[in-house]
Amino acid sequence: MRILKALGLTLLATTLSVGVASAQEKTIKIATEGAYAPWNFTGAGGKLEGFEIDLANDLCARMKVKCEIVSQDWDGIIPALNAKKYDAIMAGMNITEKRLETINFSRPYASGPHGWGVLKGSPLEKLAGQGQRLSLDKDPDAAKKMIEDWKPMLKGKTVGTQGSTVNAQFLEKYLKDTVTIREYKTTEQHDLDLAAGRLDAIFAAHSSLKASTEKPEFKDMEIVGGAISGDVLGRGVAVGLRKDDAELKTMFDQAIQAAITDGTVQKLTQKWFKIDMTPQT
Amino acid sequence: MQQLSYFELVGFGPNGWGWALLTATGMTIAVATCGFLAGAIVGTFVAWGKIGGNAPVRWLADGYTTILRGIPDLLVIYLFYFGGSAALGAIGSLFGADGFIGVPAFASGAMAIGIVSGAYQAEVFRGAYQVVSRGELEAARSVGMHRWLMFRRIIAPQVLRYAIPGLGNTWQLVLKESALISVTGLVELLRQSQVAAGSTRRPFDFYITAAMLYLVITVVSTYFFQRAETYSLRGMRRAS
Amino acid sequence: MDFAFMQEAFLRLIAGVPLTLNLAFTSIAFGAIFAMLLALMRMSNIKVLDWPAQAYVFVFRGTPLLVQIFLIYYGLGQFRPTLDALGLWGFFREPYWCAVLALTMNTAAYGSEIIRGGLQAVPHHQVEAARACGMSGFLLFRRIIFPIAVRQALPAYGSEIILMVKATSLASVITMMEVTGLAAKMISQTFRAVEVFVVAGVIYLVMNFIITRIIMAIEWWLSPHLRRPPAIEPRLEAAHV
Repeated sequence: MRILKALGLTLLATTLSVGVASAQEKTIKIATEGAYAPWNFTGAGGKLEGFEIDLANDLCARMKVKCEIVSQDWDGIIPALNAKKYDAIMAGMNITEKRLETINFSRPYASGPHGWGVLKGSPLEKLAGQGQRLSLDKDPDAAKKMIEDWKPMLKGKTVGTQGSTVNAQFLEKYLKDTVTIREYKTTEQHDLDLAAGRLDAIFAAHSSLKASTEKPEFKDMEIVGGAISGDVLGRGVAVGLRKDDAELKTMFDQAIQAAITDGTVQKLTQKWFKIDMTPQT
Repeated sequence: MQQLSYFELVGFGPNGWGWALLTATGMTIAVATCGFLAGAIVGTFVAWGKIGGNAPVRWLADGYTTILRGIPDLLVIYLFYFGGSAALGAIGSLFGADGFIGVPAFASGAMAIGIVSGAYQAEVFRGAYQVVSRGELEAARSVGMHRWLMFRRIIAPQVLRYAIPGLGNTWQLVLKESALISVTGLVELLRQSQVAAGSTRRPFDFYITAAMLYLVITVVSTYFFQRAETYSLRGMRRAS
Repeated sequence: MDFAFMQEAFLRLIAGVPLTLNLAFTSIAFGAIFAMLLALMRMSNIKVLDWPAQAYVFVFRGTPLLVQIFLIYYGLGQFRPTLDALGLWGFFREPYWCAVLALTMNTAAYGSEIIRGGLQAVPHHQVEAARACGMSGFLLFRRIIFPIAVRQALPAYGSEIILMVKATSLASVITMMEVTGLAAKMISQTFRAVEVFVVAGVIYLVMNFIITRIIMAIEWWLSPHLRRPPAIEPRLEAAHV
């Protein structure tokens, strides 16, 4: 028994000392998904790359801290933040009311609309609103009318989306009775299933749809219909933080503001998304 | 567009995922080994509780094995992953440490596997203990051996000998279970294959490669367990 | 612990039980037939039958079920044109059938070894006695070998059934919303991992407890020879007084 106790105490002590040590060095651990191109993804050889990796490095330089970026499954990305597995999330995460109940957000560092992806030749190619971009917050009537226009064409179709995202929430709220929703763990998985023909369409962020269509492997995929944003789709992509971490929020807010002001965000979004996705304030 | 051949895809060239897959295989072996060893420790104590404990201890040990064998391993892994560091964080702040006490995916995965496989290993050890002859234990006691000495000199070596085949089976279970840890984002073999499959749109090529690598680990480890079994029985008389 | 929340979680997760049981029992049923076939192939003493069966069992027992599920679901999706041409795509299109197929093929590998063990444990003298009575071929198999083998194999097959119920949780990774799938979804919405998983764990334990009891009842029913004879009531003695 004595040996057991001693062993337990040593173990606990080691864990504690490791924990305390990492706190003193002022290393910030940032979690990303690593499967959400071009925001963040794992390149050949398993290295993390993408817009958010570049931005995180830039922000950390501005905040004068050491950063460690870790990959984390999307499913558990919020609980693990609250479990102090890391200190911040930069994973294409939108600010939503629902998420604000559990965590805090910095100011947004990017924003973009959401929409539909289908295979070329699909009957859904004629989905309403092509080329339009409507916000459920700024222009609710027109946006809701566009959704109504989608409904007859989408009736009875199977739509894939990533689980526990704003996209899934949007489908649940507006199109639950129209389409069959299938939830996937990653966007890569629903891309594969669309390509295999198990899905009639996918609903995702335009940025991620665009990235997929640009890959030679997915060149038979295309974006159709109008683009939509606002309401459950959130108020832009921001750094997710623990509620009690006010100090870190101030640090990130200032760094992001600086990066937006000097055009770094514009430059990086141009590099990764081919369009300017700087949030409008 | 020129399609990469299978060997370019999983090879070690510029577009190849070979190194990534090999590193991930190493991770699979590492997490499975740690989980297996953790399970051996847990299993030893649980088996001890079942054999020598008083009523409440026995009841606890039985409850543990029943519960762990009745709920899906995936659930246990999720529980450890999400619940584990929340609990550790709470303990930490109790001791006044305000730092980040996060359990990394590796540790929580190994722990989850340890807890699950501990239930199986406990049964293996208990079965093996029952084969140890009562006479030897009495003899050890009569020459004045203490509990710990008796455990170290008489019980442990014999139990281990009888337990090797059972442990071999548990190891295979643990190895396969380690694939479930991919859901926590630990980049082991399956997770790496998923990532590669998603970004190259060649899921079949990668999953079949992963399956083959798992088979290789299985074959190699079966060989070692057989060697260990032969070695452990070197002093025993053959039955025929 | 917040009991109101756990009650809500219970009501949401219980909705996944039918799918969990459906997946488990469909694949156990198909798997048992396939397992029987494999066991017979292995015991046939014909190399061209024995060898593929051995290889099959080796591969399916040596690789993780999750890899098998991914291979069947996403992997075979890569060959859609071929499957289309063969008219098989309708089957592989549905995640439900992919899950059933993966689970069936997996349990068949384990089940075949259990059945083989059961068949090999049939005492030789019983077979000889049956032969002496003039039984042979299918009649011998149906009346003597099969019932005895089933009785021998049932405890191990019972554990396999429990393992399968647990294994259905992996179907959640290919979009099937069974108990674990619903639990994972609920966690991502509420972020209360521990409570949700306690509830899910209890649901699985109860399911498995009931299944274990049913299997024990079948075992009892199948082995009348091991039961104690019914106690003789003391009525006769009373008559003497």
